[in-house]
Amino acid sequence: MTSLALLIPIALLMGMMGLAAFFWALRRGQFSDLDGAAARILIEDDDRDAP
Amino acid sequence: MTAAALPRAPGAGQATAPVHTVMVVPAMHCAGCMAKVERTLGRIDGVVSARVNLTARQVDVAHDDRVCVPDLVAALALIGFDAQPRIDLAEPVSAVRPLLAPLAVAAFACMNVMLLSVSVWSGADGPTRALFHWLSAMIGVPAIVFAGRPFFASAWGAVRRGSTNMDVPIAIGVILATALSVHETITGGPEAWFDGTLMLLLFLLAGRALDAMMRDRARAGVDALLRQAPGGAMVVDAQGAATWRAVTDLAPGMVMRVASGERLAADGAIVCGASRFDQSLLTGESAAVPGNPGDRVLAGTLNLENPVDVRVTASGQDTSLAEIARLMAVAGQARSRYVRVADRASRLYAPVVHTLAVLAFAGWLAAGAGLHQSLVIAISVLIITCPCALGLAVPVAQVVATGALLRRGVLVKDGSALERLAEVDHALIDKTGTLTFGRPVPDAASLDMLHGDEASVALALASHSRHPLSVALTQALGLRGVRAVDLTDVAEIAGRGMTARRGAMVVTLGRAAGADGMATALTTPGNPVRIIRFADALRPDWHQALARLRALHVECAILSGDNAAAVAEVAQITGLPARAAVSPADKQAAIAALQATGATVLMVGDGLNDGPALAAANASIAPGSASDVGRQAADLVFTGVSLLAVPRAIGAARATMRVVRQNFVLAIAYNLLAVPLAMAGLVTPLVAAVAMSTSSLLVIANSLRLAGTIR
Repeated sequence: MTSLALLIPIALLMGMMGLAAFFWALRRGQFSDLDGAAARILIEDDDRDAP
Repeated sequence: MTAAALPRAPGAGQATAPVHTVMVVPAMHCAGCMAKVERTLGRIDGVVSARVNLTARQVDVAHDDRVCVPDLVAALALIGFDAQPRIDLAEPVSAVRPLLAPLAVAAFACMNVMLLSVSVWSGADGPTRALFHWLSAMIGVPAIVFAGRPFFASAWGAVRRGSTNMDVPIAIGVILATALSVHETITGGPEAWFDGTLMLLLFLLAGRALDAMMRDRARAGVDALLRQAPGGAMVVDAQGAATWRAVTDLAPGMVMRVASGERLAADGAIVCGASRFDQSLLTGESAAVPGNPGDRVLAGTLNLENPVDVRVTASGQDTSLAEIARLMAVAGQARSRYVRVADRASRLYAPVVHTLAVLAFAGWLAAGAGLHQSLVIAISVLIITCPCALGLAVPVAQVVATGALLRRGVLVKDGSALERLAEVDHALIDKTGTLTFGRPVPDAASLDMLHGDEASVALALASHSRHPLSVALTQALGLRGVRAVDLTDVAEIAGRGMTARRGAMVVTLGRAAGADGMATALTTPGNPVRIIRFADALRPDWHQALARLRALHVECAILSGDNAAAVAEVAQITGLPARAAVSPADKQAAIAALQATGATVLMVGDGLNDGPALAAANASIAPGSASDVGRQAADLVFTGVSLLAVPRAIGAARATMRVVRQNFVLAIAYNLLAVPLAMAGLVTPLVAAVAMSTSSLLVIANSLRLAGTIR
């Protein structure tokens, strides 16, 4: 029982952190361009000065 | 995830906040396009950052006041992207976004409550169970209130109007289950239903989110095209100075100069110059109409030959274009009364479920059970019959079908479109631009007539002109592998055609005097005059497409605004019954007449003149080359050239509805098994949770089969 009293709050806290992170991401517009996010991985960053 | 454009060091004393401009760039479709657009814009002096949104085909540019919009458009034009600053017509709101937060909350709460429930099911007892129930209630009640809002709001809206929909039984079930669970928790009872209720909400929200995601994605492509700024016209004032005015700024009395190859932005009368006009967008008429000083010309028509000055007589809301838009708005209202299949199912389903619950309550009370036990059993009947699998039955099947169609080049703009399309038994097909390409294609026989290097001369001459016939000729000869010869002194004489020198000889390509229909004449030294005829060619695969439509038992007919002769020719080739010279209002009336005989009508059309008909028909399809109005009014848009997209879409819609019906049968069969258990008082929260997830998985698995069957 004593372990439960510790584990349940920990589990809830971690879950809440995940939920808070999701809401933060939602508000910051991370989900507004899902197609673009998928394509962005293919852009090479280092050819800015290439011809 | 860094923006490709690095922030630039601001110049001394320029600490002003950057301005944001949103540009629509419809041609972007891959990572390469994104990188090009972002880098090109980022290199402009004064641009702070550029960030592409690929889903919306837009780029958000942050810049200071040294940069103006034409600079950005020009920079993008240099790398081959057409761009327009976005005009904010009521921005279509994303349907998914408001569902994401409830979905996340339901998922979080469901997982945590389930964790606690597993301990209860495996035998936690006494104070431990009470503690777990209290914890579940603390997580569950706020989560249910938040995540259930979309259902409560929709159910309340339906009840207030005195009707019912899918959300009414859901809302009643959820509220009663939550109230019972809270009561059980307070009184220390053995069973709480927070886990099942949250799982129900989670599955239903997932179904809704899928449905919304499908609509968002299909609309994005079409909206990107529609959101481009409207055209304008070069307005000439009394001093002869020309300025560019947007359509909204045009007023009657102004004189606009319309170059050859340009579309008219307003209705008007020709002041000077004579030309021929292509009215096919407006009327479906394929032959060019001559226009002389004093003649009336309409907005949306294409000037084919000479520059003309036109005095504006009507602009904006008064043009014949706007009249068509008004017809469409009225026609669209009928379609909004369509009741979607899920709501139709729940109209039958909800009364049965509620009757069963009441019967269970009354039965147990009569059999001598206590009030509390009878209530628990009645509520467990409601929970077990809550249309969880029903909520997934339609959206999952439609999402899978829409995805499969999207990969085959058919955009579905609305979930109910597939349902309406599946019921279609008559198809009315527009001629110009739908059955045909809507642009002139040189007749193969007359191209075969060209001997020796005549074809090379024709290509060399045609390639210097932007006249539609020249463009078509250049394309056709290029496809035949013809190489252009070298010419000197090439000149285009407005209204007459092209002339040039080949060595010492003069060659010309121009108006074919005396030839009927669309034709051009080629004169070369030492050869007779060659007449090259043009016709509006039928789309490839029209034959298979019509055969497949017949196999689907869809009766086809042609409904065209073009003249009787042109329509009769196509009708004879295709063997379809046809009506010619039909005005936009008459097209709408023809559809209404068919519908009155009990037919379900599909309209396939592209032009502005088809707009009202597209909106009035039970379902509608437009080719991707259609006018903005056509694309906006149609339920489905196909991007390829092949007409096979039409039978494919109908076939896919019918396959989808078959799967939807199978899903309903699966969901109801599960209820037939579970309801007797629930009414006998044997259903525990564990049984409910297992049964609910199994039936949902079954429905999803059945829907996924669609991906393979759509060809």
